[in-house]
Amino acid sequence: MTTVARDSRTVVDPAPPPAKPAAGPSRHRFRAVAGFAFGAALLFAVAPLVLSDFRLSLLAKYLCVAMVAIGIGLAWGRGGMLALGQGVFFGLGGYAMAMHLKLADAGPGNMPDFMLLYGQLDELPLWWRPFASPWFALPATVLLPMAVAFVLGSLVFRRRVRGAYFAILSQALAAAMVILLIGQQGTTGGTNGLTDIQGFFGYDLDDPVNQRMVYFIIAGTLLALLALARHLMQCRYGELLVAVRDGEERVRFLGYDPATVKLVAYVVAAGMAGLAGALFVPAVGIISPALIGIVPSIEFVIGVAVGGRATLLGPVLGAVAVAWARTALSERFPGGWTYLQGLLFVVVVAFLPGGLASLIGLARRGDGERWFGRLRRTRRTEGQAS
Amino acid sequence: MTVLIGQLFTGVSIGAVLLLIALGLALTFGQMGVINMAHGEFIMAGAYTTFVLQQVISAAGWSLLIALPVAFVVAGAMGVLLEFLLIRRLYARPLDTLLVTWGVSLILQQLARDIFGSPNVQTRAPELLTGNIALPGGITVANNRLFILALAGGAVVALTVALRITPLGRRIRAVVQNRDLAAVSGIATARVDRMTFFIGSGLAGIAGVALTLLGPIGPTMGTNLIIDAFLVVVVGGIGQLKGTVIVAFALGVLQATGEYLTTLSVAKVMVFVAIVAFLQWRPQGMFTLRTRSLA
Amino acid sequence: MTLFRGRRILAGAMTLVAAAALAACGSKTTDEKVSAGVTADTSGDTVKVGLLNSLSGTMAISEVTVRDSIMLAIEEINTAGGVLGKKIQPVGEDGASDWPTFAEKAEKLIREDRVAAVFGCWTSASRKAVKPVFEKHKALLFYPVQYEGLEQSPYIFYTGATTNQQIVPGLDYLKAQGAKSLYLVGSDYVFPRTANKIIKAYAEANGMTVLGEEYAPLGSTEFGTITNKVKSSGADAVFNTLNGDSNVAFFKEYKSAGLTATSMPVVSVSIAEEEVKSIGTQYLEGQLTAWNYYQTTPGAANEKFVAAYKAKYGKDKPTSDPMEAAYVSVYLWKAMVEKAGTFEVEQVRKASDGITFEAPEGLVTVDGATQHIAKTARVGKVGPDGLITEVWNSGKPITPDPYLKSYPWAGGLS
Repeated sequence: MTTVARDSRTVVDPAPPPAKPAAGPSRHRFRAVAGFAFGAALLFAVAPLVLSDFRLSLLAKYLCVAMVAIGIGLAWGRGGMLALGQGVFFGLGGYAMAMHLKLADAGPGNMPDFMLLYGQLDELPLWWRPFASPWFALPATVLLPMAVAFVLGSLVFRRRVRGAYFAILSQALAAAMVILLIGQQGTTGGTNGLTDIQGFFGYDLDDPVNQRMVYFIIAGTLLALLALARHLMQCRYGELLVAVRDGEERVRFLGYDPATVKLVAYVVAAGMAGLAGALFVPAVGIISPALIGIVPSIEFVIGVAVGGRATLLGPVLGAVAVAWARTALSERFPGGWTYLQGLLFVVVVAFLPGGLASLIGLARRGDGERWFGRLRRTRRTEGQAS
Repeated sequence: MTVLIGQLFTGVSIGAVLLLIALGLALTFGQMGVINMAHGEFIMAGAYTTFVLQQVISAAGWSLLIALPVAFVVAGAMGVLLEFLLIRRLYARPLDTLLVTWGVSLILQQLARDIFGSPNVQTRAPELLTGNIALPGGITVANNRLFILALAGGAVVALTVALRITPLGRRIRAVVQNRDLAAVSGIATARVDRMTFFIGSGLAGIAGVALTLLGPIGPTMGTNLIIDAFLVVVVGGIGQLKGTVIVAFALGVLQATGEYLTTLSVAKVMVFVAIVAFLQWRPQGMFTLRTRSLA
Repeated sequence: MTLFRGRRILAGAMTLVAAAALAACGSKTTDEKVSAGVTADTSGDTVKVGLLNSLSGTMAISEVTVRDSIMLAIEEINTAGGVLGKKIQPVGEDGASDWPTFAEKAEKLIREDRVAAVFGCWTSASRKAVKPVFEKHKALLFYPVQYEGLEQSPYIFYTGATTNQQIVPGLDYLKAQGAKSLYLVGSDYVFPRTANKIIKAYAEANGMTVLGEEYAPLGSTEFGTITNKVKSSGADAVFNTLNGDSNVAFFKEYKSAGLTATSMPVVSVSIAEEEVKSIGTQYLEGQLTAWNYYQTTPGAANEKFVAAYKAKYGKDKPTSDPMEAAYVSVYLWKAMVEKAGTFEVEQVRKASDGITFEAPEGLVTVDGATQHIAKTARVGKVGPDGLITEVWNSGKPITPDPYLKSYPWAGGLS
């Protein structure tokens, strides 16, 4: 690594040692608990009070996107793997959940409505059957994406495919999955996806009270995932992950296997995306190939980049902000909102590499760093793979 | 047998299209490491250039021929502008170029919609290029496909010659192989980058002109092409052209064979799976250029 | 690992909070429906209606023109005094060619803007995505595009053709012309797959053979292989259910392969005047399309429509079947509301049966039972000027039959 700045493409600063808390751990634990309590109050008390039912259901949708963002923040911000195929895992989780709910709606022994219309099948296809049981379907929403990520990741990371190669490969995977789903209309609903989901484990989703309940589950899950991500970032594994990002060879020379380190982050991120997809289904009532292709996969990542990729809260806030901006801009300017959306991506990513979080980080240098990381640290998330 | 040969030609012509859209990327992505998602919109710019020229010059043949250099310059200029405004700030962060140029591509699509209207536009092809040549044995070879094949071949030859022989080509290769050494040898690397980007984007413009003979001309025409183009470059290997050429034709023939034996959707998935498997075998692509970067 | 303990407690607490919220809020009772629908806000001297079309993304190429013709109808109605004395105030939203976005925007129009009716959607996927939303809130959608049938939602009015008003007449025409074998080409999504199922059943019952069936992924622009297969099949005609962009690539390839409207005619069901314009008559001249309306359809109502559209949007802008169906849908809603004397959805639905309107395509009648409309089927030929001229029509409006119940050969379909 060069240390002399000659032109813009030489990365200047060497990685600072992973930030060890300056203060004692107890103080930070207290601050973390306080932070989570504040977040919980905001999500559980303030939001339901100030937002209309409709806006609350939109917030539930944004929070699902935020869950995916936590995982991307871990894999990309901390691990340097630009996971551009998260739509696949989101979709696996979503379809697993939707398949179960569709079967539950249809009632035991019956087939989902769309299969009767398009499938011309006499009985339920074999691979649908296990999803009738919630004991299979619910774990599958998380484990299925994790298993796929494990297989893919262990192939790819062991062969040291990384950087742009990994990003483009992920996109190809997302594209392939969409084509595959669309081609099997009789059993997957094709482009329509699985729609018109009525019930959620016996609760009628049309009922606003139950929609609120779904929102609370989503908000609770989001906080739990945040806690998990914070733990992963702070324990020794998290330091190793950052070390792999900043110098994979060096970690290898130290006797660790970088492939395994990356694999863990990638698989965890996939699990989070799967869970998000699963909760998206009762919140929105639809899962379709339109949600898992290349475009949504890129949009997941952009939320993370806008918020601040290497931080804990940045991805969450970024994802919510981008999703909210999309809704708000398209309502205000239905004809030209894509200009503003595109402009937002360009400006933030190009001129504010640490994301919006770095603004707060700059404003609150000392303390902000703990939550939001430092600008120059986040500049180095690429793993220099060229 | 007739069908098989016809199918082989189809594969080669799919390959020629892939090559044409990937050639510019082989420069901007392969040589410079920039992941330009707006490349598809430069292709679109080339197609719309043909459309605009046809409003001025009504003879379809002439307007197509004139469109080739004009589209090269138009798309190239857009590329230089993009490089100057955004990408040169991002050379240290190759993956961020992907996100930034994605934003740019959204803006360019909307711009096309506002300038030319949402519906697709049409261009007339010269009558000569809508026919076909009948070979013995009932095989027909479409003229527009032959034209595109020739165009792709010409572009590869021109690019190879330019990179091998001209002073600019030497400088481009020097910068790719060792940027620091090139800089201390007195090469203005920033200017070389800009020229490389001009040529790469210009080639997208030419691809756009060619595509008016085959497909729709509309605001979203680029989005369907971009991933295929990237895959060709990735599988071909970064830093040289021969991999891109071989892989484009190989994928084209594979796609056509798959389409014939199964369905279009399955063929597409097959190609993706083949690519993933291939990268397992050769993670750096078919050919790699050894550089002195520690990666 | 010491750091973890605190967090585990925290995570546990979160789960508890969530569980408590669940227990407190969940209501399993479905007998007492809370959502009795949102009533439209008609308090002022205007009435809001929603326009839900894709203004961005891949579907914008088709849907923008539909938005334009809906706006034209609203403008005309407002100039003539509005509906029940209230001016119509359109609220536009962008579906962005993304089905979940359609559902979100539909919900927004109904719950936040409290519109009296929504006009829009194009693809079947977007309609399927918004259908539960309209049913849940008991709000009205007017859907203006020909579609694959097999649907009948109480809160949707289908003003485009269902299969027995477009595809079946198209097949009748081919049969009368003596076509014995067909090749089916379509995009890989709901409409073509369902349509082809119907076509195959029809062919079997009418002594025609289907020589092949090929699907291209949406947005696909490589048709070399399909054209090769079509050509070597030697079919009498091709039935084309490709969508949007793919048609351009297909017809360019078709001509390159040496196939013409005389050697192997193509009947298309998604190519209207707008698409002809973007593909080019060079490639399309002489090919057939099946619709209910063409810009050239005779009649004073159509002359007025075409003139008004061109005056507003430009002389070179053609009018097409989906645009006409969208234009008609606004007038039909107006007639229903005026007959009901209120904007209230259930009353409007009840009033819908038997409503007639002298549309540009001719007289149309709303069938209250299916909420589709009776329309005249037409087959047309693309002329050198880019317009489509009628070569056959059904003579009288065909009663809509979305489930093809009155066709014995369609027994096994739904």
